[in-house]
Amino acid sequence: MTVSLTLAHVSAHYGSTQVLEDLSLDVGEGELVSLLGASGCGKTTTLRLVAGFLRPTAGTISLGARNITGVAAHARNIGLVFQTYALFPHLSVLDNVAFGLRQRGMGTAERHGKAHEMIERVGLTGLADRYPSNLSGGQRQRVALARALVIEPPLLMFDEPLSNLDAKLRVDMRVEIRRMQRAAGTTALYVTHDQEEAFSISDRVAIMHRGRIMQLDAPEVLYSRPANAFVADFVGFGNMIPLEVAGEDDTRVIARMAGGATLSLPKADFSVPGRNFVLAARPEGLGVSQGGAGIPATLGLRTYLGRAYQYRCTTDVGEVIANGPLSDPLEPGSNVTLVPQPDQCCLLPAETA
Amino acid sequence: MKTRIHPALIAFSVFTFVFLIGPLIIIIGTAVSDTTFLTFPPQGFSMRWFANIFEVSAFPRTMVTSFTLAVLATTLSLMVGVPAAYALARFRIELPKFLANVFVLPILVPEIVLGFSLLKSVATGVGASIWTSLLIGHALLVLPYCVRVVGASLNSFDFSVEEAAVSLGCPRWKAFFVVVLPNIRAGVIAAFILAFITSINDVSVSIFLTGPGISTLPIQLLAHMEQFFDPTIAAVSVLLMGVTVAVMTVVEWTLGLTFLTK
Repeated sequence: MTVSLTLAHVSAHYGSTQVLEDLSLDVGEGELVSLLGASGCGKTTTLRLVAGFLRPTAGTISLGARNITGVAAHARNIGLVFQTYALFPHLSVLDNVAFGLRQRGMGTAERHGKAHEMIERVGLTGLADRYPSNLSGGQRQRVALARALVIEPPLLMFDEPLSNLDAKLRVDMRVEIRRMQRAAGTTALYVTHDQEEAFSISDRVAIMHRGRIMQLDAPEVLYSRPANAFVADFVGFGNMIPLEVAGEDDTRVIARMAGGATLSLPKADFSVPGRNFVLAARPEGLGVSQGGAGIPATLGLRTYLGRAYQYRCTTDVGEVIANGPLSDPLEPGSNVTLVPQPDQCCLLPAETA
Repeated sequence: MKTRIHPALIAFSVFTFVFLIGPLIIIIGTAVSDTTFLTFPPQGFSMRWFANIFEVSAFPRTMVTSFTLAVLATTLSLMVGVPAAYALARFRIELPKFLANVFVLPILVPEIVLGFSLLKSVATGVGASIWTSLLIGHALLVLPYCVRVVGASLNSFDFSVEEAAVSLGCPRWKAFFVVVLPNIRAGVIAAFILAFITSINDVSVSIFLTGPGISTLPIQLLAHMEQFFDPTIAAVSVLLMGVTVAVMTVVEWTLGLTFLTK
């Protein structure tokens, strides 16, 4: 059975501090949605609300057509994978995995059969009699995954499941998690602060900040078309250059920046969102060129990135970071122009900046 | 390779052991002395003072009282202390800080003050029976050990384990017994033993609360010593030592002594 998860206008408080503000979120059947943000953004609170460990002060939470806002945590039937694995230290791997089945009143033979099958599926064959203290971090997380999957929950939730593992294992495990979730067809909510992790395994990602969802979209959309300055900055558009429309013709818009310099933006590449707007650019989205039309800049500190040189540049709108080609290292103090590259830049309405 | 041990270290160790074990050996010697007064080294050998324990009817009676009292007071104290320790650990952030210290008060307050105030409040104030007063007094006296020792186990317990159980369909109250308790078992047993020994040994609180017809073993020992200065007291002490050694041996066999220090 697979169902959707819906949060409608959910708010939550810790004492007098509001941690979630009017949050609405839809996770479709079989979809994996990540909540991504820095600590304190409300992502773990959201997960704990869905799990039933916290109660919202307003709003409703539904699994499919069933409103679970007031349902006790143990009756929600949600599979949870914790950051600390949270295995039962006094139980063997087999009993850990069979725990949920036992709570459902399943007989010994049947639950052991199912548990063994799940232990095999997560690649822990032969370790059923071990205790958690005798397992590696990766093995523990596999047990935690098996334990959550074996109850065949309509919803799986992950709370930073990989942050206690080393880098190599993290990549392997996230692929594994995605594979298992796909195979089971289970709807999933995944909490992480790691952008690469969220983008690599999610159907959609919700970028959160101060208890709100700033944007909820497919990773590709977030990466190339952020909806506001916060998301733009989060996904690497480090430069924000405020502009004002100064004129246009059939093929291009002329925009003026503080200090008077103008930029010519081809309409084919850029869609200007209003009279006042912001050009958000990745460092590689500002081409360093000597002469020509663009943002006038003076080069400062040069650093070597391996794939390019990076320059701190002084402009009329403050410090801007731009990458230049390895073939042509430029000296600090050179006067250059920075030319926006359409595929590494985006335009945002000024009010979101 | 032979490790060289400094002679001073050997001397210090021997010294320590002599002081730890010496008095116990003296007690054993005194208990088997064939004299009517306490003396060491023993003169002659006799087991009659051991037999005398059971002839002075107050000794077996107060032994039963002390034992029953210790079991009941410790159990009562654990029934309060385990939930208290759980709440203190689980809601460390939400609960006010001073609360943890409140539970340690009975060992911070001089025991004699505790005994006297219980006499004024529970025994003569409310008019509770001697048994009830003793039970309340001892339960209070050992409560800090229960809260502290169980609390130490709970502090190293990851409460998301409990949440995992709940998420797998186990109601909260049941999760406490199925998941939390088995993982703090060592702490609970250690607390029980510590509290039990504290209760059995207590003089300062009991002396205020015992009364006509009901006394505890340490109080009876004191009373006996005031009247007769004979080796029966040493014999009782040896008996208590024997019981302690027996308990510790069982603990060592079943759980290993190291768990007490965990």
